[in-house]
Amino acid sequence: MRELTYGQGIKEGMRIKMLENPDVFIFGEDVGLFGGCFGVTSGLFEEFGEKRVRDTPISEGAIIGAAVGAAAVGLRPIPELMFVDFATVGMDQLVNQAAKMRYMFGGKLKLPMVVRLPSGGGVAAAAQHSQSLEAWFTHVPGLKVVYPSNAQDAIGLMLTAIDDDNPVIYLENKTLYAVPGQVEDEVKPIPLGKANIKREGNDVTIITYGKQVYDSLKAAEMLEKDGIDAEVIDLRSLYPLDKEAIFESVKKTHKVVIVSEEAKRGSYAGELAAIIADECFYECDAPIKRVCALNTPIPFSGNLEAYVLPNADDVVEAVKSLF
Amino acid sequence: MKISNETIIEMYEKMVKIRKFENRAMNLFAEGQVGGFVHLYIGEEAVATGVCASLRDDDYITSTHRGHGHILAKGGDMKYMMAELFGKESGYCKGKGGSMHIADATKGILGANGIVGAGHNIAVGAGLAAQYKGTDQVCACFFGDASTNQSTFHEGLNLASTWKLPVIFICENNGYGISVSQARHQNITDISQRAVSYNIPGITVDGNDVFAVFEAVQEAVARARKGQGPTLIECKTYRWRGHFEGDPTVYRPEGELEQWKKKDPIPRAEKYILDNQVMTQAEMDQLNAKIDAEVEEAVEFAQASKFPDVASAVLDVYTDIVEEGRTR
Repeated sequence: MRELTYGQGIKEGMRIKMLENPDVFIFGEDVGLFGGCFGVTSGLFEEFGEKRVRDTPISEGAIIGAAVGAAAVGLRPIPELMFVDFATVGMDQLVNQAAKMRYMFGGKLKLPMVVRLPSGGGVAAAAQHSQSLEAWFTHVPGLKVVYPSNAQDAIGLMLTAIDDDNPVIYLENKTLYAVPGQVEDEVKPIPLGKANIKREGNDVTIITYGKQVYDSLKAAEMLEKDGIDAEVIDLRSLYPLDKEAIFESVKKTHKVVIVSEEAKRGSYAGELAAIIADECFYECDAPIKRVCALNTPIPFSGNLEAYVLPNADDVVEAVKSLF
Repeated sequence: MKISNETIIEMYEKMVKIRKFENRAMNLFAEGQVGGFVHLYIGEEAVATGVCASLRDDDYITSTHRGHGHILAKGGDMKYMMAELFGKESGYCKGKGGSMHIADATKGILGANGIVGAGHNIAVGAGLAAQYKGTDQVCACFFGDASTNQSTFHEGLNLASTWKLPVIFICENNGYGISVSQARHQNITDISQRAVSYNIPGITVDGNDVFAVFEAVQEAVARARKGQGPTLIECKTYRWRGHFEGDPTVYRPEGELEQWKKKDPIPRAEKYILDNQVMTQAEMDQLNAKIDAEVEEAVEFAQASKFPDVASAVLDVYTDIVEEGRTR
């Protein structure tokens, strides 16, 4: 085992595949010489050169569009948009092109591309640099969506995502970049659609991903003191979704709390709640709860942002309301 | 530039093919045999033909909602195209794409596209891939006058020019963005002027003169293959039909269509062919009859084909996931 930060994990996943396959290359805003806005690609420009680690103009539509074109003719691009919020500018290329080309063309094209999108709040970046837009992507047939919470998963999911022949949205939480984690010496690819039980428990199932895995684990510790034994599931992959892991857990605990950093209205957390209500309702003996951000843009001032975003206390409160 | 007789005949054949295919599609739509939105290329045949005659099989094109002409010109098979218009299983996209989404990766056709301006950056990506792999392939990107007001046009030209990508940007200026005339949608007359902003060559040609288009594109392709970057070529042309079939075209000034019909690219090519004894009238008639038969064969193929099995609706969303179907 060794220690790597989450950001280093993301980089290692890309680096391994770049060494293995000359068709894999990175491009995006400040990913080259500058090493990425959050330093994730630092060193790769020096190692692989400008051809494979390219700085682009600030042109989100062109970045995603060029990735689509390059992928359609056989390369495996990894475009990065610096902030998930900027995906709004490249959304046609993601939603109408990347996600639909294979289907529209009768299955005759493959689009192997991994779109890196740093997400989430908590860094005083205010409303246009702090969103959690996973519901936008999971909503669109044709896209796969992953969201690692730690260095090991960041590597394993990246390895799989790059080898995938479909467009994969790779969401990263920007508060986690510097968080260290234990990593196996040789990380194996993690299949998409395989959740990870981070903590086993019998009384309530907390379903989460990304940064909220940490909040949920903290909440589970707090709950333990009150005699509530929480199970925490880190989904890792939002689509495909490991329904089996969710249902297995619900059958054991009969209570569900879903935790995400999204604005609650129209959230992916809501979709998870609907899936459980639809397919596992009779196993539930309490309402399915969602702990999300408030339905506001993310504010700047620290106390306001902390108020709007969910935290461990909110998870504890939601869980306790079920008992 | 001396154009070989072989190329002249090939281009003439392509233009006639497009015209006859489109006329037949128009009638089939009117008869209700073909549904959806159908955008016809009649009147603009010289553009796609002149461009694609300069390309190799392994070169790429991106197309638009008005894509039939591009696809035929790049070597698309009429049978599979017609079947796709009918929504049949044997169509290019197995009935999932229709008129606006025909693609044939084996011919470098990266798809017609229903979003105005979406092709620019896909073309940039294909050009990037060619440069990355060190091949001398190029990508021709077709788009209309109105799409040059989209950010994607500017983003694409900026990136292609900055990275010197082998992309030939072909603006089909047919004078209208749906119902809005060029004078009402932009403050310029020659779209080729926009090349100045990207420090690349920009030229305007008579888009109803297939030889003029061919010559301009030849030069642009040669530059692109040599790594000298993109070119913007504006082809001034006119669509004879409405934006889509069923469009009442109330926005056209009286007499405008008739003026443009006088510049019909096909009789112009015929006159050149006869004047220069490239073909005889009898040979041209024979070629026309052959294409008529080919179009009829395509229609019969489409009519005789099956509609797709509904179970196929959930296939090909992903390479490896079959989505849930209905129980009924």
